[in-house]
Amino acid sequence: MEKYLKDFNIGESGKIISINAEGKIKRRLFDMGVTPGALVTLKKVAPLGDPIEVSLRGYDLSLRKDEAKCVLVEVIK
Amino acid sequence: MRFALAGNPNCGKTTLFNSLTGATGHVGNWPGVTVDKREGVYKKLEEKVSIIDLPGIYSLSPYTPEEVISRNFILDEKPDCIINVVDATNLERNLYLTTQLLEIDAPIIIALNMMDEVKKSGRKIDSKTLEKELNVKVVEISALKNQGLNELMKAAYLEAKRERTGYSVLENSRIGKVIDETKEDLKHKGISSPLFHAVKLIENDEIEIKAHPEISIGVEELKNKEPKDEFNGDYEAIVADLRYKYISSKFSSVVVKSEKEETLTKSDKIDKVMTHRIWSIPLFLVIMFVVFHLVFSEDLLFLNSIFGLEITSEGWINFLTGMGAEVDELTGEVAALAGIPSPGVFLQNWMGFATGSLIDLFRSFMPEGTWYTGLICDGLLTGLDSIFSFLPQILLLFLFISILEDSGYMARVAFIMDRAFRKFGLSGKAFIPLLMGFGCSVPAMMAAKTLEDEKERDMTIRLTPFFSCGAKAPIWAMLAVAIAGSFLGDIFVFSIYILGIVVAIIAAIIMKAFNKNYEAPPFIMELPSYHAPQFKNLMAHLWEKLKHFVIKASTIITAAIILIWFLSNFGWAFWNGMVDDIEASILASIGKALKYFFYPLGWAQGVDGWKFSVASVTGLIAKEDVVATMAQLGLCDDAGESIAFLMTNSRIYAFAAYNLFTFPCFAAIATAKSESSKKAFPITLLFWFFGSYVISLVVFLVGLLFEASIILGILIILVIIGLIVLGLYLLKRRNTKALKAKNA
Repeated sequence: MEKYLKDFNIGESGKIISINAEGKIKRRLFDMGVTPGALVTLKKVAPLGDPIEVSLRGYDLSLRKDEAKCVLVEVIK
Repeated sequence: MRFALAGNPNCGKTTLFNSLTGATGHVGNWPGVTVDKREGVYKKLEEKVSIIDLPGIYSLSPYTPEEVISRNFILDEKPDCIINVVDATNLERNLYLTTQLLEIDAPIIIALNMMDEVKKSGRKIDSKTLEKELNVKVVEISALKNQGLNELMKAAYLEAKRERTGYSVLENSRIGKVIDETKEDLKHKGISSPLFHAVKLIENDEIEIKAHPEISIGVEELKNKEPKDEFNGDYEAIVADLRYKYISSKFSSVVVKSEKEETLTKSDKIDKVMTHRIWSIPLFLVIMFVVFHLVFSEDLLFLNSIFGLEITSEGWINFLTGMGAEVDELTGEVAALAGIPSPGVFLQNWMGFATGSLIDLFRSFMPEGTWYTGLICDGLLTGLDSIFSFLPQILLLFLFISILEDSGYMARVAFIMDRAFRKFGLSGKAFIPLLMGFGCSVPAMMAAKTLEDEKERDMTIRLTPFFSCGAKAPIWAMLAVAIAGSFLGDIFVFSIYILGIVVAIIAAIIMKAFNKNYEAPPFIMELPSYHAPQFKNLMAHLWEKLKHFVIKASTIITAAIILIWFLSNFGWAFWNGMVDDIEASILASIGKALKYFFYPLGWAQGVDGWKFSVASVTGLIAKEDVVATMAQLGLCDDAGESIAFLMTNSRIYAFAAYNLFTFPCFAAIATAKSESSKKAFPITLLFWFFGSYVISLVVFLVGLLFEASIILGILIILVIIGLIVLGLYLLKRRNTKALKAKNA
């Protein structure tokens, strides 16, 4: 099943399929290791509902739902 | 010889820099502590080596100032060796930068840092394979524990004497041909590090396209000949993807995980509480309140208010609290203390006692009434006293903020607060510089450099002084004494800090509303692992602050105080000697003229009004000077512990508000100028000038209403809030219309 990282539930994991962003945001996501093929797990949602905390490539990354909606992921059961 | 340290934020670069150079640079545990490059000297080799600590970066993309600084330094200044510091606990992402650095024609060596933590976790890293695969020397170190540093430097020294041509992990990939042809083109033009520039050109790097426009056209043609793939010709994506693919395919076997590894790390467990959905925000507020309570409260844990301890400052208690007995002149009884002092107040009392004794000692040796006794005792020493008596509180505040920073909690605060901040057009990241503003505006404004968006940077710098800095703390401490109802003292101080935050929020919303099409910049940030703050680093930080403060104090502040002493002891005909009455001084006439300007704000009214005007102006030189000047003018004692003026609470509050929101000290103004964009700086100055005047006026008027009737006061506050909300709503509607028109 494919869905956007924004719609993940806490604890869900998946493999990134594509990044549908442009310019600065796209480059930043790539530089931080959010690239197709990377495994990602949603760890936490901030108290006010945004941003989210994911773990990927062995570290924790925080990003907003606005950015997470660009990341399409194949959910791993 | 010069070595440059390059690596990801939080990889331990600054710790390594400190260990190598013995420097006292500050190490924080949040991304982006080293904003500018710093230089130190390593002396244990045959020749002295300068070490340059570059800002922490994730990539050499052209988007953030740190990346541009690091990139330009490596390419233009050509250090003899690049020491690439790699966090061994986070190999995969750290090596991404390494693959880019390798493309530069310069000697490079990898310092595999935090090996102690890797070993502790039971993991193993095969550094020999890493070395063979990357074809550069890899040295295992622990910057924190001083392990492997000599080996690292010796190896770097050897490397520095060799020539090295860049190598790309992409050369054997599907875009290898394009890279190769572009590289040859650049080489023909005699450009150094052609490989690096070639890859950047292929990535459509803004800087490179500007530098080599004709070659970039050729690159586009080459790219068009290549078959299209799933990236649809997006080479920036292809390159990043290939780098990561290379790293995960080659090095997944380098790290051997331990069998007993837990699914939840220590950081995860701490974060269960610290970033808890419900508790994290109250917890943050409690932490901040505890910090301020420990620094400023005269009644520790409110013990006295709760239990009525009736402590009098006699005998051993006098010694323990450092308070000095306050004896009632009429009854001869020793007055009760407000309570057990907090560590901040305790240290301040002792410092005040020490400097006060020193002044008395000098005075006893010198003839009375001469100009030079005045210059030394009332000018120089009083000036130094006013600086040093507040030093303990300022340092303690710095200490607590550094502990929060070093532990990694600050990054969590950004995470927790981001949503709230975005509403105001800022990201949670802006919270870090703003929070640092509580320590000192100068480093806070410098830290704003880590914000990628220019508008956000300008806005953050503009708001930084509203987060009351350590140097302003003496003003609040002194005014707290003046506030009617002395138990309200620390609540008054706390409320000033809150007022600063509230006004900053409103100002940010207004600025955002006036900026059409403004959207909050992205927030893609690493959350570093928690670690216990290192005593050595904390002390290094404090020492740096102390040095900065004392140097600033001993030069500018003392000079200003001597100037004020001169202006207040001499008339316009200064060659006639000192005047007996300060009313006849030069300063009095300046203050009396200024008084009319400040008159509507309340605090400049009355006989002493001109003194407050003078104090608010001398505060420009350094905020500590407000209290020092007031002491000079006889409004309070040197340490601001007892006061000799009577003002209503509304006027005291208005005076506090004016000083909080007006121009910061000259040092901070200069920093703001160098850090903000050219067109924003004049607006920033006007903003501070008019903003402080208006806010002080509003505070005074609201205070007056409160003093007349509490209900009236509450009503007027509601009206003000209503007006602001209405104004913002109208602006927002206009902006939405403008956006819609633009999109249509």
